Amino acid sequence: MTVEGLRKYFPVKKGFFKKPDWIRAVDDVTFQVFKGETLGIVGESGSGKTTLAKLILRLIDPTTGKIYFDGTDIVGVSKKELRKYRRRMGIVFQDPSASLNPRMSIEETLRRPLIVHGIKDREEVRRRVLDILQKVGLGKEHMKKYPHQLSGGQQQRVAIARAIILNPDLVVLDEPTSSLDVSIQAQILNLLVKLQHDLNLTYIFISHDLLTVRYVSDRIAVMYLGKLVEIAEADELFYNAKHPYTATLLSAAPIPNPEVRYVKRFSLVRGEPPSPINPPPGCRFHPRCPYAISRCRTKEPVLKDVGGGHYVACHRAEELDLSEYTSGLWKIITESRVS
Amino acid sequence: MTDPLLRVVDLKTYYRTSAGLVRAVDGVSFEVYKDETFCVVGESGCGKSTLALSIIRLVPYPGEIVGGKIIYRGTDLLKLPESEMRKIRGKEIAMIFQNPMNSLNPVFTIGFQIAEPPVIHFNMDGRSAWRRAVELIGKVRMPDPEVRARNYPHVLSGGMRQRSMIAMMISCEPKLLLADEPTTSVDVTVQAQLLNLLMNIKRERRMSMVLITHNFGLVAEVCNRVAVMYAGKIVELGPVREVFRNPVHPYTRGLMKCLPIGTKRKEQLYVIPGQPPNLIEPPPGCRFHPRCPHAMEKCKKEEPPLTEVEPNHYVACYLRR
Repeated sequence: MTVEGLRKYFPVKKGFFKKPDWIRAVDDVTFQVFKGETLGIVGESGSGKTTLAKLILRLIDPTTGKIYFDGTDIVGVSKKELRKYRRRMGIVFQDPSASLNPRMSIEETLRRPLIVHGIKDREEVRRRVLDILQKVGLGKEHMKKYPHQLSGGQQQRVAIARAIILNPDLVVLDEPTSSLDVSIQAQILNLLVKLQHDLNLTYIFISHDLLTVRYVSDRIAVMYLGKLVEIAEADELFYNAKHPYTATLLSAAPIPNPEVRYVKRFSLVRGEPPSPINPPPGCRFHPRCPYAISRCRTKEPVLKDVGGGHYVACHRAEELDLSEYTSGLWKIITESRVS
Repeated sequence: MTDPLLRVVDLKTYYRTSAGLVRAVDGVSFEVYKDETFCVVGESGCGKSTLALSIIRLVPYPGEIVGGKIIYRGTDLLKLPESEMRKIRGKEIAMIFQNPMNSLNPVFTIGFQIAEPPVIHFNMDGRSAWRRAVELIGKVRMPDPEVRARNYPHVLSGGMRQRSMIAMMISCEPKLLLADEPTTSVDVTVQAQLLNLLMNIKRERRMSMVLITHNFGLVAEVCNRVAVMYAGKIVELGPVREVFRNPVHPYTRGLMKCLPIGTKRKEQLYVIPGQPPNLIEPPPGCRFHPRCPHAMEKCKKEEPPLTEVEPNHYVACYLRR
C-alpha cells in the first residue's frame, strides 16, 4: 500500500455567514506499507493518527491525495468496486466494549462480515466462525455469549477475530491494547504477533505507547499535528532518532526502571501540543523545539532521506546530535529485564 | 524511621451489591512517612482507587468501610464525626483525580475554585483568597495567571485543567496528597511535565504523597516505596529500587516480565495465565494461587501473611520462606 499526499481537512463552523476554519487533521502525508510488515504510527492526541487510519480504510473521504492498494488508487473507485478492497482490510478499535454490538452474540458478530460479503452457506459460515475463534484463543463455548459476558481481553480477541475473518491482507490496529491491563496487554500482543506470522498479515499499528509500538513494529512513523515528521526502521528510530519531536517523545515516556528517573534525562519536553486549527507556520514543532532556528519559523521542512530508509522532516536533521536522549533509553529498553 | 504521617491498619472496604459482597479492599495495612512518595500499583479492579477514597472517607454508596483504622497524625479518621472529617479534607489531606473535567465545576472560573478552599478552611477574605489563587496558578506554571484565573474549565486544555487541580489541591497547604491516576488522561509529554511539577511542589512544601497508578513506568519514575495490590490485598511492599531489582512475589515478577521491554521485537512475551479473580468470591488461600506458576498445596488453603524478606521489603508469599 502506498499513500501519497494524503490530506483531510475538517471544517469548524464559526457562524452561518462566516467562512469555516479548517482543522488539518492529516496534512500531506506520504508513506508506504510493505506486505507482511507492521508499520507503527505514534503521536499524541490530535496528531491525526486515527483520522489517518479511517482514511486508509476509506471510512472517510480524503480532501485530496491518493491511496494505492495493491497498485489501484482506491480513492477514485466506485462504492461497488470498493467492497472488493474492503474485504481485504480489517480494523480493530481501542475499546472493544464500544466497537462490539452489545445486542449481538459473538457468533452473530463474527457471521456478519461473511454474510455481507456473500458467503451464505450455513455450514461454511459456522465452520469459519469456529475456526477463527480458535485462532484467537477462544472456543465454541464463547459463540453464544454476548460481549458483556466476556472480559476486556476476550472482547478484544473477538474484535480481532472479526477483523481477520475475511482473510484480509491489511489490518489496521487503532490502539488495540490501550484499554487493557498490562497482563492482558501481553496476551493480546502475543496473539497479534502470532496471527501476523501465521496468516501473513500486514499491520498498521497505531498507538501512543512507544514501548508497545517498538515491540510490534518493523518500521515506525511519528506524527505531529497532522504531519509525518519521521519514519524509520523501529530499532533505528529508537536508537538514532533525528527529529527533536521524536526525541521529546522518547525522553517523556515513563520507563519502568527506577535507576534512570526523569530527573536525569528530562530536559527536552516543553509546552503542550497546540491546536490543529491554526498550526504554527514553518515547522509545526518549532514553538516547542529547543533547537529551532529562524528558518524553522518560516519554512516548512520536507521529509528527507538520511540514509537506510530513515526519513526526517527537520531542517537541522543532519547537524543535530540527539543521542544523549535516545541512546540511554535504548539501553534500558533492550537490557532491563526481570529474570 | 520517625513516626508515620499516615498509618492504615487492616483496612476493609466492601461494596454491598445485589450480586454479593465485593471485598474491594480486604485487610490492607501500610504507613506513609513524611516527605515520602508512596505508590500503590495494581491492575483495574484490584481495589487501589477504593483504597484512596477510603483514606479520605469518600467511598461511594454501596461501599462501606467495615473495619480497620486510618491513623493520621495520631487520630483515627474512621472515628471522627463527618463535621470533623470535613476539616481534614482539603486542609490536611487533599486528593486529585484522574479526570479533571469531572472534578472541576463547569460553572465557576478556576480562580474562584482555587480561592474557595482557603475561604472555607481559614476564613480568608475573598480578595486575598483571589490574589492567592492567581499566585498559585502562576506557581503551577500556567502562563498569564490573571487571565487564566478568569477562565472556565472548558476553555482549558487537559494539561491546564490538571494544573488547576494541582493548584486547588495545594491551596490549603495539605500535608498529604492523594493522587489517583493523575496523568492517565493526558499525553506523554504533558504527563512528564505534570509529574515534574507535582514532584517539585511536593518537595518544596515538604508534603507526602500517595500515588495510585497502574503504570509501572510512573512508579519507577517518582516513588520512594511501592505497594503492589492484587485482588484487594497488598502482595508486595518495599523500597522502589529493591522491588524493581528483586521482585519476589510471583505476581509482581509476572507483571514486570510481561512488559514489552528488554525483549527483541516480536519475541514472545511472558504472560500471566488466567484473569484477575472476582472479588465477590475470591479464591481461598493466596488469592493469586490459581494463576501462580509456583503454587503449592499450602497456598490453596492458607493465606500468606505479609512478611519481611529483606529489610523493609515485605512479601505475602510462602515461596521464599
